[in-house]
Amino acid sequence: MAKKRTVRTIHQERTPVRELDPLIRARNFEEVNCGYTELEAIRESERCLFCPDPKCIAGCPVSVNIPDFIQKLGERDYRGAYDVITATNLLPAVCGRVCPQENQCEGVCTVGETLVSVAIGRMERFIGDLAITNGWINKPYIQPSRSTNGAPFKIGIVGSGPSGMACAADMAKAGCDVTVFEAFHEAGGVLRYGIPDFRLPNTVVDAEIEKLKQLGVKFECNVLVGRLFTIEQMIEEEGFHAVFIGTGAGYPTMLGIPGDSLNGVLSANELLTRCNLMRARDFPNVDTPLPLGKHVVVVGAGNTAMDALRVSKRLGAESVTCVYRRSKTECPARAEEVHHAEQEGIEFHWLSNPVEILSDGDGSVRAIRCIRMELGAPDDSGRRRPVPVPGSEFEIETDEVVYAIGTNANPIIGQTSKLKLNKRGYIETDNKLMTSIAGVFAGGDIVTGAATVIEAMGAGRKAARGMKAYLGIRDVGPIHRGATGDGRATSLFGIDAREHNFTRVRVAQ
Amino acid sequence: MITKTAPIRSDKKPFEILTREDYSPVTYMLEVHHPQMARAAQPGQFVIVMSHATGERIPLTIADFDREKGTITLVIQAVGKTTMEMQQSCQVGTVLYGIAGPMGIPSHVSSAKKVVCVGGGLGVAPVYPQARAQKENGAYVIGVLGFRNKDLVFWEDKFRAICDELIICTDDGSAGIKGFVTDGIKQAIAKHPDIDEVVAIGPPVMMKASAQATRAAGIKTMVSLNPIMVDGTGMCGGCRVKVGESVKFACVDGPDFDGHQVDFDDLMVRLKRYKEEERVATERWSESCRMNGSPMATAA
Ligand SMILES: Cc1cc2nc3c(=O)[nH]c(=O)nc-3n(C[C@H](O)[C@H](O)[C@H](O)COP(=O)(O)OP(=O)(O)OC[C@H]3O[C@@H](n4cnc5c(N)ncnc54)[C@H](O)[C@@H]3O)c2cc1C
Ligand SMILES: Cc1cc2nc3c(=O)[nH]c(=O)nc-3n(C[C@H](O)[C@H](O)[C@H](O)COP(=O)(O)OP(=O)(O)OC[C@H]3O[C@@H](n4cnc5c(N)ncnc54)[C@H](O)[C@@H]3O)c2cc1C
Ligand code: SF4
Ligand code: FES
Repeated sequence: MAKKRTVRTIHQERTPVRELDPLIRARNFEEVNCGYTELEAIRESERCLFCPDPKCIAGCPVSVNIPDFIQKLGERDYRGAYDVITATNLLPAVCGRVCPQENQCEGVCTVGETLVSVAIGRMERFIGDLAITNGWINKPYIQPSRSTNGAPFKIGIVGSGPSGMACAADMAKAGCDVTVFEAFHEAGGVLRYGIPDFRLPNTVVDAEIEKLKQLGVKFECNVLVGRLFTIEQMIEEEGFHAVFIGTGAGYPTMLGIPGDSLNGVLSANELLTRCNLMRARDFPNVDTPLPLGKHVVVVGAGNTAMDALRVSKRLGAESVTCVYRRSKTECPARAEEVHHAEQEGIEFHWLSNPVEILSDGDGSVRAIRCIRMELGAPDDSGRRRPVPVPGSEFEIETDEVVYAIGTNANPIIGQTSKLKLNKRGYIETDNKLMTSIAGVFAGGDIVTGAATVIEAMGAGRKAARGMKAYLGIRDVGPIHRGATGDGRATSLFGIDAREHNFTRVRVAQ
Repeated sequence: MITKTAPIRSDKKPFEILTREDYSPVTYMLEVHHPQMARAAQPGQFVIVMSHATGERIPLTIADFDREKGTITLVIQAVGKTTMEMQQSCQVGTVLYGIAGPMGIPSHVSSAKKVVCVGGGLGVAPVYPQARAQKENGAYVIGVLGFRNKDLVFWEDKFRAICDELIICTDDGSAGIKGFVTDGIKQAIAKHPDIDEVVAIGPPVMMKASAQATRAAGIKTMVSLNPIMVDGTGMCGGCRVKVGESVKFACVDGPDFDGHQVDFDDLMVRLKRYKEEERVATERWSESCRMNGSPMATAA
């Protein structure tokens, strides 16, 4: 029994989740984490203490009512649990898989003080997947909204990543005519081109996009906004009443060391785009090539780096090595991904920093020279600053070096509009996420710099609230939440059930 | 030269091919329906084309655009799997799977009074909109076009219509002067000491040589770089090129750069990155054509 007395006894151990065998999965792109079964999810739900002052909600960037959904899950009211989650989080199947829960809800969970915290993410995914299997699209009651000429407000969304998807969903539910423009030939943003199938299967992204289509959202791919038409033209000529920009922060950083431009040095974005979006792993059955190194070195240790490492392994590299200038403790990737990478036989060189990439004399990579680092005094971010150890240089033989050391703002929107940008090229907004142009909102990575899926989604929803206020569309959420203290339980997809008595509604097809 | 044109209909499909013309066994022109693109396109910009769902995204310069007809024109050289396959599949009435663009920063049409516009090989078509823009801007335009031989010459009339002088160069002298475009450039410089600017588009070796030819005279020389691209939106960094001291992404920072600053050797090495895979793809494709008894297989 637990040493610490709790109100009731809970399972001490976190319910384990089935995972594919590391040796087998490191050769395919199947999803590693198999997800909870119904019984496992229910068992895990019993570990929640239903705290009167739940810290997990505060830890969640979009304040999902976590104990409430766990309770419904435990009562086998899965549909109810889904409604609770989707009141604030539109993409449970995605977030359950890719959120850094250990830094968010699970990181502050009360159970975590003495035991391993409640597996909130896994339960969220269970509900999200169940919704996809059962085709719960939460047929929402769409609030009719009309612009002055009687037609619905026309909303343009630029970029189909999580921020754009979230803003599109909320505006569609407010009865607007929403079109999402995407530069690529497929929608989904990083969820599509970046995060590989073994972490987030394409079918999940497809399902989420399908839900948006059922809400009436239109997708137009192959549209490079800024160049095909500008943001200003959308407002002035094409009749959009409001525009949301969620173009992400995809411009990769190179190290700027000798050898950067050698063949075999590429950004993680290029590797992942070729592999995921262009499906180069099936070359030559598809036309995009992806020559693979035998000995791959990935520089960096964020989620992008983990994906690059594990993709390289799956593509058949003999050795895959991670080089990171700080130690494992500072590594910014999701804990689960680092753990999985280790299981799959990825080598880690912590506290090492590349200084030069060496050529084979023929324009390709032969080796990478690194220097050992040690941790000094904390820097601005509060993490201990790595400093080189003199004379500690060493070489790693490699024929492919992948940079996963961060990205910058994409320049296209800035080049083609008068939007005010900050010094680093990100879009400036007010606290409602409206930009320097009236009616134009922005959110996600293009405002904050590279962040997380859930934060991008939260930004999309926040911008939608700002947009509704700007257009004069009544936002009913806060009223009912205020009145009952907890309107979520009685709300459908964020719209209070009682509101239907007062508003004329139409049901989405 | 056979021109095939679709009957005029109002219900054109997105990315539909309306006209096709074959300039030589390896060069073909496609006129594609895309009114929005035709409206937005400017000289120097390019598109990324996917011919089918499992195809590659390949960059192609917008060689011409017609805002009234709502079309853009692509002139393509069949050099590998994708461009050879498109040569076969892209017939009038068919549609391309995707076209995104117009990408890249439009060419800066300077206030130059006398300009030489140089096009070699697959650069002939892309230099056309720049030459036309210069002409419209009131400049004296000297065209220098390079082809291997007389049979490969195309768009001579189009260039004549907008150039004040036109120098055609062929490797074997079967049309115009015998020699490379650099000979044409030298001839133009010798005749006109007051040339303000040279615009050169073509294979990297040609652009490198053109930049060399103008370096001594100190004439500003703009080139349009063609590194290997994936997205064309600044997202992958595959198209990075060395220009002076800095690294630029050709798709969003270019594709036009100062030819005297570009590291062409670096570009040429990087273009070889996928040589082996390109060979495999082309061979496999040619093989499948042979199996199907397709007539194009031999041309490949
Ligand atoms: C490899 C990788 C792994 C990651 N793993 C995780 C993880 O495990 N957990 C997590 O929480 N976060 C993760 N992230 C971060 C997360 O994916 C991003 O923070 C999030 O996707 C940002 O969403 P967004 O909507 O701002 O933009 P994005 O998802 O970047 O989408 C932007 C979209 O806009 C399109 N676009 C850009 N410019 C234009 C234009 N001019 N016109 C039209 N369309 C345009 C782009 O093509 C793209 O599709 C990862 C990121 C990467 C790259
Ligand atoms: C901005 C830009 C504009 C371009 N405009 C045109 C155009 O108007 N007309 C045209 O015919 N071609 C143009 N190209 C080149 C064209 O994109 C390539 O020829 C095409 O991608 C080759 O594909 P493939 O599969 O047929 O050949 P592959 O088998 O992939 O390659 C065959 C040969 O072409 C070279 N090659 C491959 N990719 C490129 C590339 N991106 N650029 C240059 N050479 C390449 C390879 O080094 C190889 O020698 C342009 C390229 C860029 C970057
Ligand atoms: S903090 Fe943990 S135990 Fe408390 S309600 Fe949230 S999930 Fe349950
Ligand atoms: S083509 Fe990917 S960054 Fe230019």
